[in-house]
Amino acid sequence: MSTAPAQAVTWTPQDYKSDYKPIWCPGCGDYSVLSSVTKAFAALQLKPEDTVVVSGIGCSSRIPAYTSCYGFHGVHGRSLVAGTGLKIARPELTVVVAGGDGDGYSIGGNHFLHACRRNVDITYIVMDNHVYGMTKGQPSPTTEPDWVSKLSPGGTGVRTFHPLVIALAAGANFVARAFAGDPNGTAEMIAEAIRTPGFSFIEILSPCVTFRPEQREWKKVVHPASVQWTDDPARAARRVMTDDGFNVGVLYKGIRPPYQPPVGKARKRVADLEKEFAI
Amino acid sequence: MAEVRARTSVSIAIAGSGGAGVMTAGNMLLEAAAKAGWYGLMVRSSGPQIRGGEAAALMRIGTHPIDGLDDRFDILLAIDWQNINRFADELPLDGGSLVVGDPDQGEAPEVYVKSPARQAKVSMKATAKSIPGSWPNMVALGTAAGLIGLPKTEVAKVVEQSLRKRADTLKASLEAVDAGYAAAAEIGADYALAAPGSAPSARWLVSGNQAAGYGAIRGGVRFCAAYPITPATEMLEYLAPALADVGGVLVQAEDELASANMIIGASFGGLPSITATAGPGLALMTEAIGLAVASEVPIVVVDVMRGGPSTGIPAKSEQSDLSMAVYGLHGDAPRIVVAPNSIADCVVTTQWAVHLAEALQSPALVLSDQYFGQTRAVVDRPADVTFVGSRLTAQANTEGYRRYALTESGVSPMAIPGTAGVAYTADGLEHNERGTPSSQSNDHAKQLAKRERKLVGHDYGGQWADIEGDGDIAVLTFGSSTCAVREAIERARRDGLNAKLVSVRLLAPAQPARLKAALEGVSKVLVVEQNFGGQFHKYLRAEYDIDADVRSFRRPGPLPIRPDEVHRELTQWSRA
Amino acid sequence: MSPAKKKARRAPVTKKVVRKPATATRKVAPKRTPLKVVSTPAAASPASPIGSIDALMAYAFALEAEASERYSEFADAMETHNNREVAELFRKLARIENLHAEHILEEMGWSTAPPPPSSGWRWQGLEGPETAEHTDLHYLMQPYHALQIALHNERRAEAFFADLVKKAPSGKVRDAAKEMVAEETEHVRLVEEWLKRTPKPDSDWAVDLDPPRWAD
Repeated sequence: MSTAPAQAVTWTPQDYKSDYKPIWCPGCGDYSVLSSVTKAFAALQLKPEDTVVVSGIGCSSRIPAYTSCYGFHGVHGRSLVAGTGLKIARPELTVVVAGGDGDGYSIGGNHFLHACRRNVDITYIVMDNHVYGMTKGQPSPTTEPDWVSKLSPGGTGVRTFHPLVIALAAGANFVARAFAGDPNGTAEMIAEAIRTPGFSFIEILSPCVTFRPEQREWKKVVHPASVQWTDDPARAARRVMTDDGFNVGVLYKGIRPPYQPPVGKARKRVADLEKEFAI
Repeated sequence: MAEVRARTSVSIAIAGSGGAGVMTAGNMLLEAAAKAGWYGLMVRSSGPQIRGGEAAALMRIGTHPIDGLDDRFDILLAIDWQNINRFADELPLDGGSLVVGDPDQGEAPEVYVKSPARQAKVSMKATAKSIPGSWPNMVALGTAAGLIGLPKTEVAKVVEQSLRKRADTLKASLEAVDAGYAAAAEIGADYALAAPGSAPSARWLVSGNQAAGYGAIRGGVRFCAAYPITPATEMLEYLAPALADVGGVLVQAEDELASANMIIGASFGGLPSITATAGPGLALMTEAIGLAVASEVPIVVVDVMRGGPSTGIPAKSEQSDLSMAVYGLHGDAPRIVVAPNSIADCVVTTQWAVHLAEALQSPALVLSDQYFGQTRAVVDRPADVTFVGSRLTAQANTEGYRRYALTESGVSPMAIPGTAGVAYTADGLEHNERGTPSSQSNDHAKQLAKRERKLVGHDYGGQWADIEGDGDIAVLTFGSSTCAVREAIERARRDGLNAKLVSVRLLAPAQPARLKAALEGVSKVLVVEQNFGGQFHKYLRAEYDIDADVRSFRRPGPLPIRPDEVHRELTQWSRA
Repeated sequence: MSPAKKKARRAPVTKKVVRKPATATRKVAPKRTPLKVVSTPAAASPASPIGSIDALMAYAFALEAEASERYSEFADAMETHNNREVAELFRKLARIENLHAEHILEEMGWSTAPPPPSSGWRWQGLEGPETAEHTDLHYLMQPYHALQIALHNERRAEAFFADLVKKAPSGKVRDAAKEMVAEETEHVRLVEEWLKRTPKPDSDWAVDLDPPRWAD
């Protein structure tokens, strides 16, 4: 006869995985991120039916269907706004938006800015591999300017985008950098991001072993941040603009209240609305 | 116009510039006419300036419900003449017309002086100056009201209501109105309207944008994402407080890509959702609308059409987004497209669109237009209809739940987040019944057929079109063109020519069997629409077999189609 | 140098910007938004760049030419917004300033405009010494307001040259600057007289019963 452990849990990380198997290349960092997401959900004991994973288009955007939660796999670049609409309409749900660097920083760049400033209580995870993987290896906004591809034979010559600084400038309430190869650390960070009210942004370095095989070496260069997070965005920005790009940890946590207009509390009956038209 | 009988409608334009207050005067005149028991409407026309520009309130007031402007104007009343010549095309005048100007503002522009209209002068500026605290537009209001025989008590009520908090100004304004009445008496022209019919039913003073917003709420909409655009903004501005009143919410989005995807997100979460835009915004939303088709998320998008292409003519009406609405998505993407055919119908048709979107788990596009959207009209309160959004949802823990199950109707139960045991991922990728992405030909074919089946197989009832009258000749039209067509058919009937009206409210999916029945026994079909290319005519040719002679009558904006043009076309063709 | 034109005294500049509620027919007493007079600390001291008569007159020319250009822009704006009376007044001011500029060319025997001053083109604010600010306009403004703007600018020009007199590196330049001061003083006087003949605006000059309109 078995007995339940003292700290019984209802949901294990496995419970958040669907039976649909990922199509990601073996070795892809996104597998680790999926595992971190499920661990984070288990750590928070989120009910799968009250949790929604929303994404756009790209390798990493396939993630919703790999979870047992509700999922929304929308169109390229629009995950943040679909997630925003959902969360405002259904504030009691936990909404996690996930995607890649092309989806979030290029085609969806405008939404990224406005999601940061709007500060709806959602968590945004970007699996950044500095490349468009699903279309076979074109440069993204975070690709180094000298990286050569078929589409950019001599390199793009265009400087990279700095998502963390932009998130700070645009008003995100929680900003962190994680590394896919550290799934437990990443899981903790995701859980903390979900717990933190407002818009939480985690940039996860997630290697693409097919088009950026050199990113397998990331694990040798990433290192934990040597200092704690700050609540001063200027200090956070200075820190992240001068680091080596492989500093992993929570960078910034603010206390801005989330944007959540009241919903579900009627003050009038529908029929009362037409009084203003009556002659 | 030889016939001597009391007028049943009168058309007045009040024009002026630079803070003349013509819109205020027009609105007050309309409200006073409404209080007197009449009907009417007011179209706003203005230059491109936000402030200080020339403007004209184009009004028609009548004893019976008024759907559209007349062919001509009885009275043009100009507070000043600066740039007022720009409205000449919109203000046809004839020998029965009266042009009233202010002697202190110089001569009327040549185009008005040369018209056969009678010219008269009223000192609006000087009169207002002599009554401290009043304005020339109050003199204009009194003059217009006097000319059409509007009881002064009704005008006074409206003025009192507007200025109740300012006793000094109120007194001066009433004096100015009196002076206007006196001036009208001096002009001695008779444009008096017949008395209103007895005991008018409940009536509203409403714009099409407000009406559509209210209809959406009546249909169950509780979420709106908004990006401002002329001429749809007032619908969004109506919805912001109205939704909050009924426990809903409006969010301002950063662009139309965002607003369209936000409503999809909210509706995925179970809340009936809407956005409103105009052509340029609809163009940006097409990708998202396709996503709503594929993922089967109900949404309503109201397109308040304006002159196109591109930025086009933002504050003028045109029915030129039809092709985009019925065809403008990539892939085989069936969707619902409906069009209200009067300002009052904006309530019912938008409500119906919410009902259809929810019932069929599909995007529904509502083709309103600038004319409906920004015109204020006195209308009979639209009848209550039972169209309420109601979605087929999945029960918790349904064994073997498949979100995109191939049901007979094509509609499959939708699981709403928060419901245990039926979680699924909605997808814009082609998918199988479970929602798992699939590129199999079998899944594609079945899901395409499912999505079409649920729309084509639905019974839309009599709401699909307004069919009125009978005759050998029929006019087939949609949207705001219906207003001029209805009046043209009525005039033809008075001449002894019977014609049938078919105003199609359900533009997509096409209803070939219903149209065939509606046109039974008709040998000539005149297709009327307000655009350059004949988009409706082409759509009919593509989707319908019409067993009759078909003629297209069309004209682009910005000028409205006038009843007389359609009347002449009908008369000539019926004699041919 | 040329006579007639604008004038001004220390401009008290009452500019009223009235924001009205969009509701129909609500009449609101105009609220005054205090005009923001920016006193620019960085107003480049014109002392150093103006070391010769040529340099001084290049400044004087630029000042008049820009003032004329700005009044023309104001006239256009007023015309577009159907304020014909004030449009005509600004047109007149533009013509006067233009005459001044032409007069300078004539005096100096220049066939074309001198190069514009390269720096320090700010005086008692962010604009040039006699250039009016766009934010001073209101679509319902009356001639009185327009003349107040002109007066303000003539006084600034007068003060600008007075400052040059103090800083002039040589007697010749100082004398020329003094002459310019006298010119501007005359302009100030003329505008003052003009203002005296001009009726003051009604208290409700900025009331517009109609709300702003939509465009695109």
